[in-house]
Amino acid sequence: MSSFKVFDIAGSGMSAQNLRMNLVASNLANVDSVSSSTEATYRSRQPVFQAVLDQHNPQGTATGVRMTGVLESPAPLTREYAPHHPMADGEGYIYRSNVSPVEEMANMISASRSYQNNVEVINSARQMLAALINLGR
Amino acid sequence: MKLDDALGIHEHALRLRAARGEVLAANLANADTPGFKARDVDFAAVLRRELPGPVRLAATQPGHLGNDNGLVPASQLRYRNPEQPSVDGNTVDVVREQVAFSQNAMQYQASLRFLDGRIRSLLTAIKGD
Repeated sequence: MSSFKVFDIAGSGMSAQNLRMNLVASNLANVDSVSSSTEATYRSRQPVFQAVLDQHNPQGTATGVRMTGVLESPAPLTREYAPHHPMADGEGYIYRSNVSPVEEMANMISASRSYQNNVEVINSARQMLAALINLGR
Repeated sequence: MKLDDALGIHEHALRLRAARGEVLAANLANADTPGFKARDVDFAAVLRRELPGPVRLAATQPGHLGNDNGLVPASQLRYRNPEQPSVDGNTVDVVREQVAFSQNAMQYQASLRFLDGRIRSLLTAIKGD
Protein backbone atom coordinates (compact mmCIF):
# COMPACT_ATOMS: atom_id res chain seq x y z
CA MET A 1 0.00 0.00 0.00
CA SER A 2 1.55 3.24 -1.11
CA SER A 3 -0.58 5.77 0.75
CA PHE A 4 2.06 5.99 3.42
CA LYS A 5 4.35 7.68 0.91
CA VAL A 6 2.27 10.82 1.25
CA PHE A 7 3.48 11.02 4.83
CA ASP A 8 7.12 10.63 3.76
CA ILE A 9 6.78 13.27 1.07
CA ALA A 10 4.98 15.82 3.22
CA GLY A 11 7.37 14.98 6.07
CA SER A 12 10.38 15.74 3.88
CA GLY A 13 8.76 19.05 2.99
CA MET A 14 8.17 19.86 6.65
CA SER A 15 11.73 19.03 7.62
CA ALA A 16 13.14 21.10 4.75
CA GLN A 17 11.00 24.10 5.70
CA ASN A 18 12.02 23.60 9.33
CA LEU A 19 15.71 23.80 8.38
CA ARG A 20 14.96 26.90 6.33
CA MET A 21 13.25 28.43 9.36
CA ASN A 22 16.39 27.70 11.43
CA LEU A 23 18.49 29.57 8.88
CA VAL A 24 16.08 32.52 9.00
CA ALA A 25 16.36 32.55 12.79
CA SER A 26 20.15 32.43 12.55
CA ASN A 27 20.18 35.27 10.02
CA LEU A 28 17.82 37.44 12.03
CA ALA A 29 19.79 36.82 15.22
CA ASN A 30 22.97 37.94 13.48
CA VAL A 31 21.51 40.96 11.75
CA ASP A 32 23.63 43.33 13.85
CA SER A 33 26.78 41.20 14.09
CA VAL A 34 29.97 43.12 13.37
CA SER A 35 33.57 42.09 12.92
CA SER A 36 36.92 43.59 12.03
CA SER A 37 37.53 41.79 8.72
CA THR A 38 35.48 40.81 5.65
CA GLU A 39 36.30 37.11 6.16
CA ALA A 40 35.03 36.90 9.71
CA THR A 41 31.80 38.77 9.11
CA TYR A 42 28.53 36.87 9.28
CA ARG A 43 26.95 36.49 5.85
CA SER A 44 23.29 35.79 5.26
CA ARG A 45 22.76 32.03 4.85
CA GLN A 46 20.26 30.67 2.35
CA PRO A 47 19.11 27.07 1.90
CA VAL A 48 19.28 25.17 -1.41
CA PHE A 49 16.32 22.85 -2.00
CA GLN A 50 16.34 19.91 -4.37
CA ALA A 51 13.68 17.42 -5.40
CA VAL A 52 14.66 13.88 -4.37
CA LEU A 53 13.65 10.75 -6.25
CA ASP A 54 12.84 7.49 -4.56
CA GLN A 55 16.12 5.55 -4.81
CA HIS A 56 14.38 2.17 -4.74
CA ASN A 57 11.97 3.16 -7.48
CA PRO A 58 13.62 5.71 -9.79
CA GLN A 59 10.80 5.33 -12.32
CA GLY A 60 8.27 6.24 -9.68
CA THR A 61 6.36 9.45 -9.57
CA ALA A 62 6.49 10.55 -5.99
CA THR A 63 9.16 13.05 -5.10
CA GLY A 64 10.17 14.43 -1.76
CA VAL A 65 12.39 17.42 -1.12
CA ARG A 66 15.65 17.86 0.73
CA MET A 67 18.08 20.60 1.55
CA THR A 68 21.31 19.94 -0.32
CA GLY A 69 23.33 22.76 1.11
CA VAL A 70 23.59 26.21 2.55
CA LEU A 71 24.79 29.15 0.48
CA GLU A 72 26.34 32.24 1.99
CA SER A 73 24.96 35.33 0.33
CA PRO A 74 27.54 37.12 -1.89
CA ALA A 75 25.85 40.47 -1.28
CA PRO A 76 28.36 43.20 -0.31
CA LEU A 77 29.02 43.84 3.38
CA THR A 78 28.57 47.27 4.88
CA ARG A 79 31.87 48.91 5.81
CA GLU A 80 31.43 51.48 8.49
CA TYR A 81 33.87 54.01 9.93
CA ALA A 82 33.75 53.62 13.73
CA PRO A 83 37.23 54.21 15.18
CA HIS A 84 36.03 53.89 18.78
CA HIS A 85 34.33 50.55 18.23
CA PRO A 86 36.15 47.73 20.07
CA MET A 87 36.05 45.61 16.88
CA ALA A 88 37.49 48.33 14.62
CA ASP A 89 40.41 47.30 12.41
CA GLY A 90 43.70 49.22 11.99
CA GLU A 91 42.06 51.87 9.80
CA GLY A 92 39.10 52.27 12.13
CA TYR A 93 36.52 50.37 10.10
CA ILE A 94 34.04 47.70 11.20
CA TYR A 95 32.12 45.35 8.90
CA ARG A 96 28.43 44.71 9.32
CA SER A 97 26.68 41.50 8.14
CA ASN A 98 24.73 41.58 4.85
CA VAL A 99 21.53 40.16 6.35
CA SER A 100 18.46 42.01 5.08
CA PRO A 101 15.80 41.86 7.82
CA VAL A 102 13.01 42.56 5.31
CA GLU A 103 14.06 39.67 3.10
CA GLU A 104 14.33 37.40 6.10
CA MET A 105 10.86 38.28 7.35
CA ALA A 106 9.42 37.49 3.92
CA ASN A 107 11.41 34.26 3.92
CA MET A 108 10.04 33.38 7.33
CA ILE A 109 6.43 33.86 6.23
CA SER A 110 7.02 31.81 3.10
CA ALA A 111 8.63 29.00 5.10
CA SER A 112 5.84 28.93 7.65
CA ARG A 113 3.14 28.91 4.93
CA SER A 114 4.85 26.04 3.11
CA TYR A 115 5.16 24.17 6.40
CA GLN A 116 1.43 24.62 7.02
CA ASN A 117 0.65 23.35 3.53
CA ASN A 118 2.52 20.14 4.24
CA VAL A 119 0.76 19.76 7.60
CA GLU A 120 -2.58 20.10 5.79
CA VAL A 121 -1.53 17.40 3.32
CA ILE A 122 -0.69 15.05 6.19
CA ASN A 123 -4.01 15.79 7.90
CA SER A 124 -5.98 15.00 4.74
CA ALA A 125 -3.97 11.84 4.08
CA ARG A 126 -4.58 10.76 7.67
CA GLN A 127 -8.33 11.18 7.23
CA MET A 128 -8.21 9.27 3.94
CA LEU A 129 -6.40 6.38 5.60
CA ALA A 130 -8.73 6.38 8.60
CA ALA A 131 -11.70 6.12 6.23
CA LEU A 132 -9.96 3.32 4.35
CA ILE A 133 -9.41 1.37 7.55
CA ASN A 134 -13.10 1.59 8.32
CA LEU A 135 -14.07 0.29 4.87
CA GLY A 136 -16.79 -2.36 5.05
CA ARG A 137 -17.43 -2.03 8.77
CA MET B 1 -19.96 -13.35 -10.53
CA LYS B 2 -16.43 -12.69 -9.40
CA LEU B 3 -15.67 -10.58 -6.36
CA ASP B 4 -13.52 -8.21 -8.44
CA ASP B 5 -16.49 -7.52 -10.71
CA ALA B 6 -18.66 -6.79 -7.71
CA LEU B 7 -16.36 -3.98 -6.63
CA GLY B 8 -16.26 -2.66 -10.18
CA ILE B 9 -14.41 0.45 -11.22
CA HIS B 10 -14.19 1.85 -7.73
CA GLU B 11 -11.25 -0.26 -6.66
CA HIS B 12 -9.15 1.06 -9.57
CA ALA B 13 -10.38 4.59 -8.97
CA LEU B 14 -9.44 4.39 -5.30
CA ARG B 15 -5.90 3.24 -6.08
CA LEU B 16 -5.49 5.97 -8.66
CA ARG B 17 -6.77 8.60 -6.24
CA ALA B 18 -4.17 7.48 -3.71
CA ALA B 19 -1.43 7.67 -6.36
CA ARG B 20 -2.62 11.10 -7.47
CA GLY B 21 -2.56 12.25 -3.85
CA GLU B 22 1.13 11.32 -3.72
CA VAL B 23 1.92 13.31 -6.86
CA LEU B 24 0.09 16.36 -5.54
CA ALA B 25 1.79 16.01 -2.14
CA ALA B 26 5.14 15.96 -3.95
CA ASN B 27 4.18 19.17 -5.77
CA LEU B 28 3.33 20.86 -2.47
CA ALA B 29 6.51 19.60 -0.77
CA ASN B 30 8.56 21.05 -3.63
CA ALA B 31 6.76 24.40 -3.70
CA ASP B 32 10.09 26.16 -2.97
CA THR B 33 12.47 23.94 -4.97
CA PRO B 34 14.13 25.79 -7.86
CA GLY B 35 13.48 24.20 -11.24
CA PHE B 36 10.82 21.79 -10.00
CA LYS B 37 8.00 21.26 -12.48
CA ALA B 38 4.53 20.57 -11.05
CA ARG B 39 2.97 17.36 -12.35
CA ASP B 40 -0.44 15.77 -12.29
CA VAL B 41 -2.14 12.58 -13.36
CA ASP B 42 -4.32 12.49 -16.46
CA PHE B 43 -6.96 10.63 -14.50
CA ALA B 44 -9.25 9.47 -17.31
CA ALA B 45 -6.38 8.18 -19.47
CA VAL B 46 -4.72 6.26 -16.66
CA LEU B 47 -8.01 4.79 -15.43
CA ARG B 48 -8.78 3.58 -18.96
CA ARG B 49 -5.36 1.89 -19.02
CA GLU B 50 -5.94 0.40 -15.56
CA LEU B 51 -9.24 -1.20 -16.44
CA PRO B 52 -8.91 -4.80 -17.58
CA GLY B 53 -9.64 -5.02 -21.28
CA PRO B 54 -11.05 -8.08 -23.06
CA VAL B 55 -7.55 -9.55 -23.50
CA ARG B 56 -4.60 -8.74 -21.31
CA LEU B 57 -1.09 -10.09 -21.62
CA ALA B 58 0.41 -11.69 -18.57
CA ALA B 59 3.27 -9.68 -17.07
CA THR B 60 5.82 -12.29 -16.04
CA GLN B 61 8.97 -10.14 -16.01
CA PRO B 62 9.64 -6.93 -14.12
CA GLY B 63 10.24 -5.10 -17.42
CA HIS B 64 6.89 -6.03 -18.89
CA LEU B 65 4.30 -3.34 -19.46
CA GLY B 66 1.39 -3.32 -17.11
CA ASN B 67 3.45 -4.66 -14.24
CA ASP B 68 3.70 -1.53 -12.16
CA ASN B 69 1.85 -2.62 -9.01
CA GLY B 70 -0.90 -0.09 -9.47
CA LEU B 71 1.46 2.87 -9.36
CA VAL B 72 1.23 5.53 -12.00
CA PRO B 73 4.46 5.35 -14.03
CA ALA B 74 6.24 8.63 -14.57
CA SER B 75 5.46 8.43 -18.29
CA GLN B 76 1.76 8.80 -17.48
CA LEU B 77 2.28 12.09 -15.67
CA ARG B 78 1.61 15.40 -17.35
CA TYR B 79 3.33 18.68 -16.55
CA ARG B 80 1.13 21.51 -15.44
CA ASN B 81 0.97 24.65 -17.58
CA PRO B 82 2.06 27.43 -15.25
CA GLU B 83 0.11 30.65 -15.24
CA GLN B 84 2.85 32.58 -13.48
CA PRO B 85 6.15 30.69 -13.69
CA SER B 86 8.77 32.00 -11.30
CA VAL B 87 12.27 33.08 -12.23
CA ASP B 88 13.89 30.00 -10.66
CA GLY B 89 11.98 27.66 -12.99
CA ASN B 90 9.54 26.38 -10.37
CA THR B 91 6.02 25.91 -11.72
CA VAL B 92 4.19 24.92 -8.52
CA ASP B 93 1.14 27.11 -7.91
CA VAL B 94 0.46 26.34 -4.25
CA VAL B 95 -3.17 27.42 -4.31
CA ARG B 96 -3.92 25.31 -7.36
CA GLU B 97 -2.19 22.29 -5.87
CA GLN B 98 -4.08 22.68 -2.62
CA VAL B 99 -7.39 22.86 -4.42
CA ALA B 100 -6.48 19.79 -6.48
CA PHE B 101 -5.35 17.94 -3.37
CA SER B 102 -8.53 18.59 -1.41
CA GLN B 103 -10.66 17.77 -4.47
CA ASN B 104 -8.72 14.53 -4.82
CA ALA B 105 -9.26 13.76 -1.13
CA MET B 106 -13.01 14.31 -1.49
CA GLN B 107 -13.16 12.06 -4.55
CA TYR B 108 -11.16 9.46 -2.66
CA GLN B 109 -13.78 9.56 0.09
CA ALA B 110 -16.51 9.25 -2.54
CA SER B 111 -14.85 6.17 -4.05
CA LEU B 112 -14.57 4.73 -0.56
CA ARG B 113 -18.27 5.38 0.02
CA PHE B 114 -19.16 3.58 -3.22
CA LEU B 115 -16.94 0.63 -2.28
CA ASP B 116 -18.50 0.58 1.16
CA GLY B 117 -21.95 0.39 -0.40
CA ARG B 118 -20.92 -2.51 -2.64
CA ILE B 119 -19.44 -4.38 0.33
CA ARG B 120 -22.56 -3.75 2.36
CA SER B 121 -24.83 -5.15 -0.34
CA LEU B 122 -22.56 -8.20 -0.63
CA LEU B 123 -22.76 -8.66 3.14
CA THR B 124 -26.53 -8.41 2.99
CA ALA B 125 -26.57 -11.07 0.28
CA ILE B 126 -24.25 -13.32 2.32
CA LYS B 127 -26.15 -12.99 5.57
CA GLY B 128 -29.55 -13.15 3.93
CA ASP B 129 -31.32 -11.10 6.54
